Amino acid sequence: MSSTDVVGRRGFLKVTGVLTGYLAAGSPLALLAPSRAWALDLMALTSEQGAALLTMARTILPHDGLENAAYAAVVHSADADAARDAAARKSYSDGIASLGGGFASASEEQRVAALKKIEPSAFFQQFRVKALSVLYSTPFAYAHFGYEGEAFSKGGYLTRGFNDLRWLPEVPLSDAGPMPGTAS
Amino acid sequence: MAKFEFNDDGVVVIIGSGAGGGTMAHELTRRGIRVVLLEAGKRESLASFSQVPNEAFAQLTWLDPRTSSGDWAPAKTNPGLPAWLSKTVGGTTTHWGAVTPRISPWETRARTTYGEVKGTSLIDWPIAHEELLKYYALAEERMCVTRRAGNPGLPASNHFKVMHAGARKTGYQRVHSGYVAINSRAQDGRGFCIQQGFCVQGCKMGAKWSTLYTEIPRAEATGRLDLRIQSMVTRIDHGADGRVNAVVYRDANGAEQRQKARVVCVAGNALETARLLLLSESGKFSRGLANSSDQVGRNYCHHVLNFTVASFEKPVYMWRGTSQAGLVEDEAINDPKRGFAGGYFIELVGFDLGSLPLAALPYGWGRDYASFMDGYRNMAAVMIVGEDMPRPDNRITLSRTAKDAHGLPVAHVHVDEHANDIAMREHGQRQCRRVMEGAGAKRVVHSEGSPFATHNLGTARMSTDPRDGVTNAWGQTHDVRNLFISDGSVFSSAAAANPTLTIVALALRQAEHISREMTARNI
Repeated sequence: MSSTDVVGRRGFLKVTGVLTGYLAAGSPLALLAPSRAWALDLMALTSEQGAALLTMARTILPHDGLENAAYAAVVHSADADAARDAAARKSYSDGIASLGGGFASASEEQRVAALKKIEPSAFFQQFRVKALSVLYSTPFAYAHFGYEGEAFSKGGYLTRGFNDLRWLPEVPLSDAGPMPGTAS
Repeated sequence: MAKFEFNDDGVVVIIGSGAGGGTMAHELTRRGIRVVLLEAGKRESLASFSQVPNEAFAQLTWLDPRTSSGDWAPAKTNPGLPAWLSKTVGGTTTHWGAVTPRISPWETRARTTYGEVKGTSLIDWPIAHEELLKYYALAEERMCVTRRAGNPGLPASNHFKVMHAGARKTGYQRVHSGYVAINSRAQDGRGFCIQQGFCVQGCKMGAKWSTLYTEIPRAEATGRLDLRIQSMVTRIDHGADGRVNAVVYRDANGAEQRQKARVVCVAGNALETARLLLLSESGKFSRGLANSSDQVGRNYCHHVLNFTVASFEKPVYMWRGTSQAGLVEDEAINDPKRGFAGGYFIELVGFDLGSLPLAALPYGWGRDYASFMDGYRNMAAVMIVGEDMPRPDNRITLSRTAKDAHGLPVAHVHVDEHANDIAMREHGQRQCRRVMEGAGAKRVVHSEGSPFATHNLGTARMSTDPRDGVTNAWGQTHDVRNLFISDGSVFSSAAAANPTLTIVALALRQAEHISREMTARNI
């Protein structure tokens, strides 16, 4: 590795801000994590900008029981974009500035009103899509929504509830098919 | 696996390894023909398929840029990724939902059945439906389609129970767990479906048919297939006689290679197939290869797609089980009293948590949106897949603004919806709402179109009159005798059926024709 690579790498690793939080005591993930405390280093955004984006993500997709750590994943992804690309960094800086200073501490009603004003902007729409694509793919969201995820490693759902619904009539065999492995 | 010389001019070069190209490779090699199969993507396997949905998407999807315009939904929601298709060995057969209905007889006579529909370029197919039936039967047997070829249907999942109850309440009669190319019992050297709900991420059981682990390894076993991965074709060359004679591509290292060919089959999916023909313009073919009719890229169809998601009082767990094992056939008819020409299927569609908002609920935010998502456990989802109208100006052209990694213009996709498409979608929304409410839905939400196209058709269509299309009834181009199109580009009209079964049926038929014509030394 050349010396310029080292400088470039150090420059990239320079921390510009930090977000911190605690997992809720009842969170299933708290049982697995070494500590309930979490911290996210920011590589392009300031702590204030990170906090504003975290609040913005929560206002766009407000799930009260969902950990802040899940929303921090959205900020992490936005920060990575900003660290990669100067134009993206400027877009975030300008967009966050357009929210006004007290956004992170404002009431939900005020935050919604502030976002409504910038709803048509590319900044809002791109961040909304980012929030959609990141938030619901986090392990925190899987736990919150009860989504059980990949099933191959557990033999699929064939013997784990794929047909356990009992509040509707059963489908006649002629419209479906037998369980595999049974006579057909 | 075979390795043929670049200057071997006796080989058939197939471009693309999906449903069409992968099937062609097997069919030609087993008849003794030597084949070079060029695939732009990498080769995955049952073991390497990622089961993290985001990673799987990146692993299998064609992510090279495209551009789009027009009033259809993808130009607004995903202008840089207007079509979701694959770049990997096996093509879209790695990520498809494996839904395999047939095209109906009246659909192959679209212009005759619907009469003149203003603002469309409808034609009849140059193949009689009776002729197609023979190849449908072969394709269904090959692909182990449920409820066909003696195969049992898949068992009813929770999600299908909801669809079935609601559809029966709506009065539908033809409601079942679907024609899907997924093993309902172990056969063909592959296991049976264990209801993972991860069809789209690549089936790690191999229960779902894909050329990646059926046709392609069988072609390799003949010793006559030279599969070259990460090989992106940039042009097809021809000689002074107007016949194609070589294919130029970039290999995995970005180096340009040139493979001579006796016959070329293009199966790059309707977007890339049209793009490649347009890129291959020359002094003789100034508008693009095989494009004397100016029909290459035109008449692009992508189906009328729309999602309906509903929440119920009790759990459904729609992610548990085969993603698309549920079908209503009753609306796949032509009944002008409904206010539009053509028909549509209602299909079950299960989503993992990460994909649901992006695919089916891409709009909206705030408390209302979040409260709906909070009901994920109790949700069911269906989609309509219907025939859209071909229009001359709905077309693939070469982008004026964006280039790929090799400096070549990317595909630009333009679509303005026809009034018939919109009327069908609105009818579909009403009917899907009735189905969901029939099963007791508390709340029903519709998308407005699909945020991306998945069925790409018609951009090099078969026509009786060479002025109306690009190929004859064999997928052989009207202009160039030894150039064939082997994917959904050749559909003369969109019909309602998910296209893969028909692509495979047409490939089985085309391979017979090519083999016969090569033996007769006509090509």
